[in-house]
Amino acid sequence: MQIQVNGQAMEFGDGATVSDLIQRMELEGKRLAVEINEDIVPRSEHARFTLSDGDQVEVVHAIGGG
Amino acid sequence: MSEHAEKPLPEDKPLEIAGRVYKSRLLVGTGKYRDLTETGHAIETSGAEIVTFAVRRTNLGQNPDEPSLLDVVSPGNYTMLPNTAGCYTAKDAIRTCKLARELLDGHNLVKLEVLGEEKTLYPNMTETLVAAEALIKDGFQVMVYCSDDPLLAKRLEEMGCIAIMPLGAPIGSGLGIQNRYNIRLIVENANVPVLVDAGVGTASDASLAMELGCDGVLMNTAIAQARDPIRMARAMRLAIESGRHAYLAGRMPKKLYASASSPIDGTFF
Repeated sequence: MQIQVNGQAMEFGDGATVSDLIQRMELEGKRLAVEINEDIVPRSEHARFTLSDGDQVEVVHAIGGG
Repeated sequence: MSEHAEKPLPEDKPLEIAGRVYKSRLLVGTGKYRDLTETGHAIETSGAEIVTFAVRRTNLGQNPDEPSLLDVVSPGNYTMLPNTAGCYTAKDAIRTCKLARELLDGHNLVKLEVLGEEKTLYPNMTETLVAAEALIKDGFQVMVYCSDDPLLAKRLEEMGCIAIMPLGAPIGSGLGIQNRYNIRLIVENANVPVLVDAGVGTASDASLAMELGCDGVLMNTAIAQARDPIRMARAMRLAIESGRHAYLAGRMPKKLYASASSPIDGTFF
C-alpha cells in the first residue's frame, strides 16, 4: 500500500504500524508527533496503530522559530 | 562588600504565567540563529526561562544523528512555548497546537499566532479569535499574539487567554514600539500579563516596553540577527531589567522647560 508521509509517497506492506513508519524514517527515540488524516496518533498508540492505503501522515518535530 | 553596598529594593511581584512564577521577564524565540550552538548560548545568556519554538515536518532522509533544537534547549531547563508561526488560518493553528501538545507529552501552553498576509505578517484577528476560542475549549492555555487594539486585547482576555501579546511592530522588522499609547491602554485594562511580542530591534525598545508597564517582552530576531547575538542577549536581559525598575520607580513628569538641578541660592557670582 502507498501512504503519503510529509507530502512524499512511501510504500508499506499490509499491517504496517506507525512504529514501523518511524523505524523506516530512522526517527526512533526522537521527540516527534504524528498526525494521520489530520488526527493525532498518540505516542502510546504508535505500536498498534496500523496504516491504511492512502493515509496522509504528518511527522513533525520542534525547530527554531519565534 | 563595602559599607556602601546597595540597599535591597522592595521585591517586585514576579511574572506569573499559567500558574508558574518566572524571574525573567524576557521570553525568546529560537529561530534565525547561525547554528544550534549559538542558539543555546544566546538563550542561556538572555536569562530567559520561557522559550518559543516552531513545529515543522521532519525532513525525510535527514541525518538522524543531527542534533535537534530540544537537545540544546531542553524542556527540563526551560518552559517550552510552541508557536503557530506560519499559520494563516484558525484550522492550521489548531492543528499545530494539537501536534505540539503531543510533542511535549500533554503540555498545553501555546503561543497562538494567526497571520494575515506575508508582507507584514500582521495578525489576522478574525481567525485568531476563532482559534483562541477553540483552543481554550480544548484545554489549551493560550498566550495570544495580537494587534495592538485595546478592545480586541480585552476581548481575548475575557475569552480566557492567559497572556495578551500585542505586536510593537511587524515580526522581524526591528522597528520598535510604534504605538506606545495603545500598548499603554492595553496594559491599563488588562488583568492578565501583557507582553510585547514582535517588533523589538534593540535594547532601548525592550526597555520602553517595560517602562510602559508591560509584564514582559518576547523577541527573536533582535537577538538572533544582531552582529553579536550573545552580547545582544545580555543587552536585552539588562534592558528588560532596567525598564522594569524604571516602571516600578515611576518616572519624573515631563516638562516643557528646564528646571535647574543645582540650587539657585548661594551663588557667589
